[in-house]
Amino acid sequence: MANMNELANLVKELEEQLVTCIRCGMCQSVCPLFEQTRKEADVARGKLALLTGLMDNIFSDPDGVNERLNRCLLCGSCAANCPSGVNVLEIFIKARAILAEYKGLSPAKQLIFKKMLANPGTFDTLVAWAGKFQGLFAKPDDNAQGTSCARLVSPLLADRHFLPLAKTPFHKEIPKDGFRKKGKKLKAAIFTGCLIDKVFPNVARSAIKVLDHHGVGMSIPAGQGCCGIPALASGDRETFTRLVDHNLALFRQERFDVLVTACATCTSTIKKLWPSVYKDASSGVKEQLTELAGKTMDINQFIVDNVAPELSEAGATPDQAAEVVTYHDPCHLKKSLGVSAQPRALVRAAGCNLKEMSGSDKCCGMGGSFNVYHYDLSASIGQIKQENIAATSATTLATGCPACMMQISDMLAKGKANIRVRHPLELYAEHLENTNR
Amino acid sequence: MITKAIVDRLKEIVGPENVLTQREDMLTYSYDAAVLDAKMPAAAVMPGNTEEIGDVVTVCHENSIPLTVRGAGTNLSGGTIPENTGLVMLTGRLNKIIEINEADMYAVVQPGVVTATLAAAVEAKGLFYPPDPGSQAVSTLGGNVAENAGGLRGLKYGVTKDYVMGLRFFDARGNYVKTGSRTVKCATGYNITGLMVGSEGTLGVLDEITLKLIPAPAARHSLVAVYDTIDQASETVAAIIAARIVPATLEILDNFTIRAVEDFSKAGLPVEAAALLLIEVDGHPAVVKEEGEKVEALCKKMGAASINVAQTDEERDKIWAARRSALSALAKLKPTLVLEDATVPRSKIPDMVKSLQEIAERYQIDIGTFGHAGDGNLHPTILTDKRNTEEFHRVEAAIEEIFDRALALGGTLSGEHGTGIAKAPFLEKEAGYSSILFSRQLRAALDPKNILNPGKITGVSTD
Ligand SMILES: Cc1cc2nc3c(=O)[nH]c(=O)nc-3n(C[C@H](O)[C@H](O)[C@H](O)COP(=O)(O)OP(=O)(O)OC[C@H]3O[C@@H](n4cnc5c(N)ncnc54)[C@H](O)[C@@H]3O)c2cc1C
Ligand code: SF4
Ligand code: SF4
Repeated sequence: MANMNELANLVKELEEQLVTCIRCGMCQSVCPLFEQTRKEADVARGKLALLTGLMDNIFSDPDGVNERLNRCLLCGSCAANCPSGVNVLEIFIKARAILAEYKGLSPAKQLIFKKMLANPGTFDTLVAWAGKFQGLFAKPDDNAQGTSCARLVSPLLADRHFLPLAKTPFHKEIPKDGFRKKGKKLKAAIFTGCLIDKVFPNVARSAIKVLDHHGVGMSIPAGQGCCGIPALASGDRETFTRLVDHNLALFRQERFDVLVTACATCTSTIKKLWPSVYKDASSGVKEQLTELAGKTMDINQFIVDNVAPELSEAGATPDQAAEVVTYHDPCHLKKSLGVSAQPRALVRAAGCNLKEMSGSDKCCGMGGSFNVYHYDLSASIGQIKQENIAATSATTLATGCPACMMQISDMLAKGKANIRVRHPLELYAEHLENTNR
Repeated sequence: MITKAIVDRLKEIVGPENVLTQREDMLTYSYDAAVLDAKMPAAAVMPGNTEEIGDVVTVCHENSIPLTVRGAGTNLSGGTIPENTGLVMLTGRLNKIIEINEADMYAVVQPGVVTATLAAAVEAKGLFYPPDPGSQAVSTLGGNVAENAGGLRGLKYGVTKDYVMGLRFFDARGNYVKTGSRTVKCATGYNITGLMVGSEGTLGVLDEITLKLIPAPAARHSLVAVYDTIDQASETVAAIIAARIVPATLEILDNFTIRAVEDFSKAGLPVEAAALLLIEVDGHPAVVKEEGEKVEALCKKMGAASINVAQTDEERDKIWAARRSALSALAKLKPTLVLEDATVPRSKIPDMVKSLQEIAERYQIDIGTFGHAGDGNLHPTILTDKRNTEEFHRVEAAIEEIFDRALALGGTLSGEHGTGIAKAPFLEKEAGYSSILFSRQLRAALDPKNILNPGKITGVSTD
């Protein structure tokens, strides 16, 4: 391992961003992790101090800081609430990359990210295999979420209820060279995202149905890869860069007015992290990424703001007898992109009786790999969400991010709550279907 | 020194998961919100109940270990910067509201309860806990009591000290002391409660706190008045007080702050204005109406260029959102923010504001001023970059001059942020040597081993 002085120099890259933290401590009021543990190293202020410590070269090895830095949901609640406007997520992501590059990725992560994720084809094949064999590992549970309990006692799976992979991933449903359809006015390119492709293909189908209904042209290029956030969250900038290059090349061949995704995490990654974290500044790629980011939008926002503004008025006086739906704000949608009214508008436009839960914008506890490595903490955070949902007596939970959909399904199944989990697009598409439109 | 045997003993008391000693964790307990050099402690503990607090204090006493209690670590005077050989006690697990008594209107809380959490719980019962420091979303009641925290409502409702009815705390030897009562009146013994408020962890470790509650005001009325000169604004403050009206809140923003807030929030503030006054009267609806009209008339009479009265709750929220975003807006301008709170008799506000402008000019530094004009407590906020040592020296000199001017006007170094380490060297200027000596003797008698938050208030650290 190289010496700590070298690491200190690498962390200096973040100095201008690190000094903007005034140590006011206001982030303690919103950090879902701090709420559980009350430890300063778990909240943004503590982590930023630790990075400053690395920069000042006061530690003899990077492991302690690395471990604490990874105990974080990357939910951005701290950043959204920070009086000093500290760009906490970008700092954390870059710091994870610096540390991973310095330490070298663990062999397991190397296998997943470098060999599988970075190569969309291999990843798809492996996931298809896993889908065929998952019956061996999970027994179907008879519940509204359609989750499964882990059948084999595996320490990694614990008592998770995880959603089975779709029988056929979405990309298998569309033509080999992609899906394209002419519209009347605007044309949208769709970035599918891994979780929608492999676990929630119905969200993608609903997107097509809804955009088509409103006369929006579409193009879904084949061979899409992951947006890169799982690799990036583990500090693997190289794989991230390769995925960005791959996706960028794919979408540059298409003509479209906006790039939409139905996954809050993908949208915020494309808009915020693609341009800021992409390493090679000289290649001109950064400019292309900035341009693409400018054209990227959450699909709920696109439909309500750009395509059918009349929907924002829909369902102002809901039918009290209609299905009660409550909506969870994904962190990557509300805190990162400021989108919260539009998905709700779609739920109302779907004829549902929207009932707010308390703390609708509180993190669900998923946090990507946080859920894998800190399942107990993730579950205690999720339990608060589950209780808030149950208290509304809603029969459906809607949310605009498939990662939240997974976590909340697990939590609701655990709490034995008979509540289904849907994307607002699915509800709206169902409504269009039922009303024969 | 904290030996391995002592760490083991601490683990026995609070459980191994609640004792931290790794260097990384120590770094995270080495600072607070004050702009001062950090100092790492040797260990940190998180007790979960009264007994555990007492046992930890006893261990410190027996082994002469410096002990610093830490709530949310948001104080602005270095009160939670520990000693290198010391122990930090975290109150994060002590966060239960023990009782809210509606009939007798008081609440009993553990010290780690967050201020806003109590305020909300009390409000849900139609009662009111007025002290509202800007940090209330995170600050703890233990920290509020130990700093005698103020807030926006100080003018009419007072500060934390006006609400502390009784305390239970451990003294330096680990004895459990009960002071005050749950009654409105109490005339037994010394007023130890009063002594403990603002003691910054130097006289004892607070456990249970009994706080007075009052009925919530039935009506509120808010307005903003815009001024072309800061003098007109200050004179309005004096005129309102002279008219025997006591608004719940009477805040001022200077031009520098107005521009920062407008850049940041695009709330439509008049960026040319020299000053804004944000005023709220509350109470019985009939009184509120009458006082609201009088205040409006006074603002006009004293030369307000325009007045905007909130007609709805939304408009009211907008007014206070502008005030609340003042600090954020300023914080975004430069990396380092030094938030001062020198306070003067309220009739001296115009002189103080003028002094601040002169000081900013003389030392060539940026100062945004906002604050509680109604009670003379201004927050000159200095924006700088502490890595720029030359400029930071000028900032330090400017701060000293702010202190001097405030004292010359009959004021105090700190209205609400406490002495801590930051103001300890200047305290003598304000209070005189005998007062420091008295305080040191008091401490020496109560804490002969000097273990309770050494170095704070009366100076002299053990390291
Ligand atoms: C953005 C911002 C806005 C602020 N606005 C205001 C404001 O409007 N008005 C105001 O008055 N202050 C304000 N402050 C300062 C600060 O929030 C207050 O001083 C607050 O009371 C500190 O509470 P805390 O829980 O963070 O205490 P800490 O900072 O953790 O501790 C403060 C002091 O109390 C002692 N202490 C804490 N708990 C105990 C205990 N159980 N027993 C004994 N001693 C204890 C500590 O040792 C320390 O000396 C602000 C700070 C920030 C960062
Ligand atoms: S809220 Fe922002 S400035 Fe304040 S401590 Fe947290 S990250 Fe730092
Ligand atoms: S990103 Fe979320 S979990 Fe991480 S420090 Fe910020 S608020 Fe806490």
